[in-house]
Amino acid sequence: MSLFSFFSRTRATAPVARERLQILLAHERAVGGGSDLVATLKEEILAVIAKHFPLERDKVHVKLDRGDAFSTLEIDIEVPTIGKRAGGSAALTLRG
Amino acid sequence: MAKVLVVTSGKGGVGKTTSTAALGAALAQSGKTVVVVDFDVGLRNLDLVMGAERRVVFDLINVIQGDARLTQALIRDKRLDTLALLPASQTRDKDALTAEGVGKVIEELRGKFDWVICDSPAGIEKGATLAMHNADAAVVVTNPEVSSVRDSDRIIGMLDSKTARAARGERIEKHLLLTRYDPQRAQRGEMLKVEDVMEILSIPLLGIIPESEEVLRASNLGAPVTLNAPQSSAGRAYFDAARRLMGETVPQVMPGEKRGLMSKLFGRRVA
Repeated sequence: MSLFSFFSRTRATAPVARERLQILLAHERAVGGGSDLVATLKEEILAVIAKHFPLERDKVHVKLDRGDAFSTLEIDIEVPTIGKRAGGSAALTLRG
Repeated sequence: MAKVLVVTSGKGGVGKTTSTAALGAALAQSGKTVVVVDFDVGLRNLDLVMGAERRVVFDLINVIQGDARLTQALIRDKRLDTLALLPASQTRDKDALTAEGVGKVIEELRGKFDWVICDSPAGIEKGATLAMHNADAAVVVTNPEVSSVRDSDRIIGMLDSKTARAARGERIEKHLLLTRYDPQRAQRGEMLKVEDVMEILSIPLLGIIPESEEVLRASNLGAPVTLNAPQSSAGRAYFDAARRLMGETVPQVMPGEKRGLMSKLFGRRVA
């Protein structure tokens, strides 16, 4: 390693700052910005399903992942046994 | 039509109060009537930076609680008769600020001034949310430094979700004001570049305020830098930012003062 590259390597710290911020904020925006939306969606889904049959709160999972190219919204609902039919799970994934 | 502007950042010490005073004085010098409002209850400093600390009689909380009329609490600037200050209370509790009370005061100020500039306290608590609540536009003051950029990102999220405009489904104008910028360090890769911060925060740029000795000199004297040193690099950058706020198109000049002997000799220019 030449003396020049040694100095330039120790100096150029801004690209590291930039990369760290981009990674951190991508995560924080997904958590912070999406929390209200996710909670609201979960409540509304629960309310709609509760009109038709009883459902436990922890059987509905709503997950929002924000990515650079697209975001995914995952809704996973565990359905209880209805009538004679066996219980099952319904999952819906939206990409946009 | 009056415009309510909040100067905010999340992080403390990045230059909200300095920028509020400088932008307020710059707008007032263009003939607009301006009031700067301090929302930092308990830690007021806008009065000190404006050089009006010995003239405070009544404050924002007195007006909200009905102990004083708005006209009694407003302090007219001695140098610029188009500029006024509404100080915060230094002794009262923050809880004395209410959404309803603040809303009423801002409405009354809208009727008296062209520009109402709210100097937000640091943080994301009540004082900061109330300062931004009634705003039509926001100036997000950011230093080219990781913690400041992160906090600005958080504040931008709040502007889009917690303001009266957001609640009505309207847009709030957001402007990035990059302060304490050192173009030479940015050039050497030691400091985040303007483009880096703009790309990360993705809001339009209002101005770049270079690191300048004149900022401290002005606050020592209790004068906005746009009054005390209007021709300094920071002063000129604030004037340009104020003109952009008024809707003018002003080309962005990269602050490139303090060129060293070598760069002068070789005629190199900064970005």
